[in-house]
Amino acid sequence: MLTAVPISWFLTLSAVLFALGVAGFVFRRNIITVFMSIELMLNAVNLSFVTFSYHQKQVNGHLYAFFVMVVAAAEAAVGLAIILTIFKNRSTLNIDDVDSMKN
Amino acid sequence: MDVILFLVFAIIAVVCAINVVVQTHPISSAVSLVGVMASLAVLYLLLGAEFLAAAQVIVYAGAIMVLFVFVIMLLNAGAEAKKGRSFTAQLLGLPLLVAFLGLMAYFVQRLFPQSTMVHFGGFRGGGAAEIGHALFTTFLLPFEVTSILILVAILGAIVLARKEMD
Amino acid sequence: MDSFIVISLIKEVVVFGVLLTTLAYLQWVERKVIAHIQVRPGPYRVGPHGLLQPVADIIKLLTKEDLVPPYVNKPLYLLAPFLAMTMALLSISVIPFGPQIQVAGYQTYMQLTDLNIGVLFVLAVSSMGVYGIALAGWSSNNKYALLGGLRSSAQMISYELPMSLAIAAPLLISNTLSLRGLVEKQAGGIWNWNVLHGPFPQIVSFIIFLIAAFAETNRIPFDLPEAENELVAGFHTEYSSMKFASFFMSEYANMITVSCMATLLFLGGWVAPWPAEYGSSYVPAAIFLLAGLVALYHGFHPARRRDGYTLPVFGVLFLIAAAVFLLPMVQSWLIPLFWFCAKTGGILFGFMWIRGTLPRFRYDQLMGFTWKFLFPVAMLNLLVTGFLVALRS
Repeated sequence: MLTAVPISWFLTLSAVLFALGVAGFVFRRNIITVFMSIELMLNAVNLSFVTFSYHQKQVNGHLYAFFVMVVAAAEAAVGLAIILTIFKNRSTLNIDDVDSMKN
Repeated sequence: MDVILFLVFAIIAVVCAINVVVQTHPISSAVSLVGVMASLAVLYLLLGAEFLAAAQVIVYAGAIMVLFVFVIMLLNAGAEAKKGRSFTAQLLGLPLLVAFLGLMAYFVQRLFPQSTMVHFGGFRGGGAAEIGHALFTTFLLPFEVTSILILVAILGAIVLARKEMD
Repeated sequence: MDSFIVISLIKEVVVFGVLLTTLAYLQWVERKVIAHIQVRPGPYRVGPHGLLQPVADIIKLLTKEDLVPPYVNKPLYLLAPFLAMTMALLSISVIPFGPQIQVAGYQTYMQLTDLNIGVLFVLAVSSMGVYGIALAGWSSNNKYALLGGLRSSAQMISYELPMSLAIAAPLLISNTLSLRGLVEKQAGGIWNWNVLHGPFPQIVSFIIFLIAAFAETNRIPFDLPEAENELVAGFHTEYSSMKFASFFMSEYANMITVSCMATLLFLGGWVAPWPAEYGSSYVPAAIFLLAGLVALYHGFHPARRRDGYTLPVFGVLFLIAAAVFLLPMVQSWLIPLFWFCAKTGGILFGFMWIRGTLPRFRYDQLMGFTWKFLFPVAMLNLLVTGFLVALRS
C-alpha cells in the first residue's frame, strides 16, 4: 500500500491535462472554447512547474507558475476584447467563418 | 491519505477536463474548467504551494473564468453546431490521442523513477513570505516587466473594446 | 489524535448550529430594525413579540412547491443555489471567534481551523461565490434573470479590486495572513486596532472595505442584481421554495462573513477596547444589566399591554446573563466572545440601517464610482501605508 504519491503521477496528470487541452484546441470550433482550451494547457504546465518545485525543494517553480497566471490574466483580457470585436463585426463565434481579412 | 486525496482530485480534474473538450455549449465548458482549476488548487496544497493554491482560485477561477462566463452571457453564445468534421479526423482522432497519452505517460514514468514521493508537508517553502521574498529579490526584473505587460494589456483591451469615435 | 477529531466535530456542530440559527434570526432582526426606522412594529403576530416568525418562514419555504421551469438549463439551474450556499458557508470555517480556551482539560481554539493563508482563503471562497449568481441568472433562460446575473458578475469583479486593496493595507501593518495572527497583533486596546494603529491609521481602507462589502453582498444601495422595480427579482426570478431560500440565506451568510472580516482586520477581533485592569471585563455585565432594567421598565408600563408578558421575561433573562458574565470560571472565554459578537453585530446593524436609509444607485453610477473613485483611493491608501511601513522598519 502506497503511503505517498510518486512524483511521476503528478507529471502524468499534467501531461493528460495538456493533451486534453491540445485536443480541445484542435477539435473545437467555438472561439471561446478554443480559448478555454489554451487556459487548460497553461494550467497543466503550471502543475508540472509546481511538481518540479517540490522535486527540487526550491520555490522557483512557484514563481514561474505565478508569472504564467499573470500572463494568462493579461491574455484573457486582450483575447476576450478581440472576441467581442469579432462578434461585433461578423456576429459569429465560429472560427471557420472568420477567414477573410475584410468583411 | 495522500494517495486518496491525489486520486480523488486527479480524477475530478481529468473528468472535468474531458468535459471541457466534449461539451458543445461554451458555458458548460467554462464551468467544467472551473472544476479543473479548483481540483488543481487542492493538488497544489498537497505539493506545499499554499500561496499558489490561493492565487489559482482567486486569479484563475475567481477572475479569469468569471470574465469568460461574463462574455459568454453577454454574447448569448449558443451551442456549437455539429458539422464538417473530416472522416480521417473522426476515425483517427481518439486512437491517436490515446496513443500520444500512453507514450507521454511512459516517458514520464521512465524519466522520473519512483524515487521522489510526494507527501503532505514534505515541502514547506511555498508560503506567502517565501514567494514574496523571491519575487522582490531574484525575480524583480521579470516582476516589473510583467507589470508593464499588464498595463499594455489593459490599454489594448480598452482600445479594442471602445466604441468607434466619429 | 482521537480527541482532536472529537473536539473538531463538536466545534463544527456548534459553529454551524449557531450560524444557521443566526441566519434565520438575522432576517427577523432586519425586518424589525427596518420596521422601527419606518415607524411600524414589524413582525408581531407569530409567537411572543413576533419571535417565532423565522420558524413560520422556514415552514412556509419548505412546504412550497419546488418548481423547475421546463425551459431552464437543468444541471446548471440546480447547481447554482448549491454553489452560492456552499461558498457562503465555507468561509466561516477559518474565522476565529475567541482566544485559546480550556474545556474539560483540553486546550482548543475558538475557531474551526487556522490557515496561514486565512485571509487569502476567505478572498478565494468569496470570489467563487459569483458563480452561484451568474449561473443562476444564465441558466434560468429569462431576460430579467440574465440581466441580473450580468450585472452582478460585472459588479462583483469590479468591487473585488478595491476590496482586496483595502484588505492589503492592514495586512502590511500586521505582517501576517493568518486571521488569528492578525488579532494577536492587535491585542492591548483600541489604540492597537488597525483602524487607529500604526504609522498610518487604516480608517480610509476600513470605509472602502465596508462600501465594497455592500456591493459584494448585493445589499442596498448596490442591490442592482435584484432591483425589484427594474428586474422583477433579478437572478433568482425563476427560483422557488428552498432554492430561493438558499440564495436568501447565502446573502445573509455573506453579510456575516464580511462583518467578521471587518472585525478581524480592522477592529481587533475579540480584543476588548481597553485592557481588563481598567475594568473592561465589567462592560458586558453592565450592558446586560441596563438592557434588563430597560426591558423590565417597559414591560410593566401600562401603555405596552401586548408585551406585558414578553418583555419582563426577557428582562429577567438579561439580568441572568449579566450575572453569568460576572462568574470568573466562564469569563475567560465569554468576554472575548461578547466583544467579537458586539463588533460584528454593530457592523451588521450598520448594514440594516443603511438599507433603511439610502436609495439605490443607477448602474453607470455604480460602475463609475468604483473605477473612478474607490479604486484610486484604495491604491493611494495602500501606497502611503506601504511607504510608511517601509520607513518605520
